[in-house]
Amino acid sequence: MKTHTLSVLVQNRPGVLARIAGLFARRGYNIESLAVGVTEDPELSRITIMVAVESDVVLEQIVKQLNKLIEVLKIVELEEEQAVRRELVLIKVKADAATRGQIIEVVNLFRAQTVDVHPDSMTIEATGSPHKLEALLEMLRPYGVRELVQSGLVALGRGSKSLADRAKINRSKIAN
Amino acid sequence: MAGSQMTGAQALVESLERVGVEVIFGIPGGTILPAYDPLMDSKIRHILVRHEQGAGHAAEGYAVTTGKVGVCMATSGPGATNLVTAISNAYMDSTPIVAITGQVAASAIGTDAFQEADIRGITFPITKHSYLVKTASDIPKAIKAAFELAKTGRPGPVLVDITKDALNATVEFEWPQDLVLPGYRPTVKPHLRQIREAAKLIRAAERPVLYVGGGVCKAKAYKQLAKLVELTGIPVVTTLMARGAFPDSHPLNYGMPGMHGTVAAVGALQRADLLIALGARFDDRVTGRLDSFAVGAKVIHADIDPAEISKNRIADVPIVGDVGHTLNELVDLFAEGKNADISGWVRYLDNLRSRYHADTTPLEEGVLSPEYVIKRIGELAGPDAYYVTGVGQHQMWSAHLLPHQEPGHFATSGGAGTMGFCVPAAMGAQVGHPKAQVWGIDGDGCFQMTNQELVTCALNGIPIKIAVMNNQSLGMVRQWQTLFYGERYSNTDLKSLTLPDFPKLAEAMGAVGLRAVEPDQVDEVIKQAMAINDRPVVIEFVVHKDSMVWPMVAAGASNDDIKIARDLAPIWEEEDL
Repeated sequence: MKTHTLSVLVQNRPGVLARIAGLFARRGYNIESLAVGVTEDPELSRITIMVAVESDVVLEQIVKQLNKLIEVLKIVELEEEQAVRRELVLIKVKADAATRGQIIEVVNLFRAQTVDVHPDSMTIEATGSPHKLEALLEMLRPYGVRELVQSGLVALGRGSKSLADRAKINRSKIAN
Repeated sequence: MAGSQMTGAQALVESLERVGVEVIFGIPGGTILPAYDPLMDSKIRHILVRHEQGAGHAAEGYAVTTGKVGVCMATSGPGATNLVTAISNAYMDSTPIVAITGQVAASAIGTDAFQEADIRGITFPITKHSYLVKTASDIPKAIKAAFELAKTGRPGPVLVDITKDALNATVEFEWPQDLVLPGYRPTVKPHLRQIREAAKLIRAAERPVLYVGGGVCKAKAYKQLAKLVELTGIPVVTTLMARGAFPDSHPLNYGMPGMHGTVAAVGALQRADLLIALGARFDDRVTGRLDSFAVGAKVIHADIDPAEISKNRIADVPIVGDVGHTLNELVDLFAEGKNADISGWVRYLDNLRSRYHADTTPLEEGVLSPEYVIKRIGELAGPDAYYVTGVGQHQMWSAHLLPHQEPGHFATSGGAGTMGFCVPAAMGAQVGHPKAQVWGIDGDGCFQMTNQELVTCALNGIPIKIAVMNNQSLGMVRQWQTLFYGERYSNTDLKSLTLPDFPKLAEAMGAVGLRAVEPDQVDEVIKQAMAINDRPVVIEFVVHKDSMVWPMVAAGASNDDIKIARDLAPIWEEEDL
């Protein structure tokens, strides 16, 4: 299984996400992570989907099937080297007087932040690539992770071009 | 009327008139009620069916046989969910229909209101696209877009769900000039480089086959196909959805491939060195076990839907585009012929065809053979008639034995395999062709699922002729039980010699009811039915229950293991003779 990141530009309409999620479910594709949000243009939303597939043929099918959805405007696979990829994670870790200092050291090392502190716990916010966050988690695990929440991955292609440019979208026409 | 004030319901009817709708099949109810009022004053004909599934299949039968978009209408909740089977069927067979449903008022959506169902959500996986319209001013553009989407690119069903308050609101009617569908750009023109690559393979091929699918019918590309065959002499097989796309009488048509295909058509695909797939989708019913399907063949795959290409079988030369355009380009390239000599290949297939062809002899003296009955209907009604079927054994016999000479004259449920398709779809076909003869070939199982539409036909002067092959069982399932379940007939005996009394049932619904039991009654009842033009006719043919559809490739088996009768394989090699 290989993981791919797809960036999907869609019309910002009710039901679009349901269509996409439904397509994945119906055709048996697996979503590893999903992030949805409005873009620089309020008429457009951008969906970043991480999928794990067995072969390039399956990935090709996913892209083709997504492209058939009328509200999907553009799909690009963001290769790891050619994109900035970030996730956000909040980690609640056990911390007492003895371990707090060590944890803060780890937090600083990863340029993460402490966003909440209690006598027996700390909550840490970190942003970064999936690899970095995985490494951070490895370091924190020995102290006891009480709770963890993670955002879907978001990604942008490197360079000046935007996905909307690549989709050659006439913005004045989307509003309808 | 443009620019004038009207209700959303009036805007809906005005929009339907503008896109050229001639007929709507439907049933009113609470939420769609406002739309039915202006419909009374419209030139659009509304046919009041007896069940919404019938409305949906009628729209399909109309669409398949006329090439126009079929329209069905229903109210919210159960009205809408009753359309689901037909919408699914249209999706599987790429039939252009628009389903219009009423929805509860926008303010009531999500409250589990009376007759509320999220029909858009329910039909996401089985529609090409769908709209939920909550504002009257959005109705015209939703209708215009729905029809455009239904009929262009790869056709399919589109749902327009309209809230009752939107239908009741007053609005200034504005017909959209341009359609704004930024995410919808079907590729119509094929890439010329791909066409040249395809031509190269065709020129070099020694055992090429044109594998023709329903897309050729949708694209109305019959003439180009005939021309290409004429120029290249390449053998043709036509799938269930493409029966009639190329005349069966043509010596290079080897019939239908697949699970119940002819030996010649199955053999042609299996032994080919080049498959030229045109608007076909390598369905499992055609390929059998995929890893043993046409193993020696390269594949040219032309389809308007890029997602079909290399979905089941990797294409060596993919061609995305309208298959009519693709064929035109190929015809240009082969204007002076110049492909390899394939006469040996054609001889081989001719030989297979002459050795293995459909058998219509009765299993038992004096008991009707369903194959014979279907063949006689085809011979007497002729190739100008329209034929519609249900699903099962009678459907497969119809695919082989009817005179498939004309494109668009055969409406059947392919991908979805929807029992109950026949009667309502025949009604739709007859509405599209009021002067033509429309014959439904149905089974006793299928018929009992949707025969209520005979009432609709009788009341509206729609004189369809339905031939019920009464083998007293769910015949195809029974065939599988015979072959694969040790003749244990679990729940396939319909006892339809006892009940219902088909002619009486027909008469009760305002149709003429006839019955044939003896072989010498067959022609007589067919002719009797053909002479009736003011009412529907139902003929019950009491046929042998043990007739089986041959040839057959068992589910999951390789096409190479096709059987021409129980435990009897064809002989592939000529030298074995």
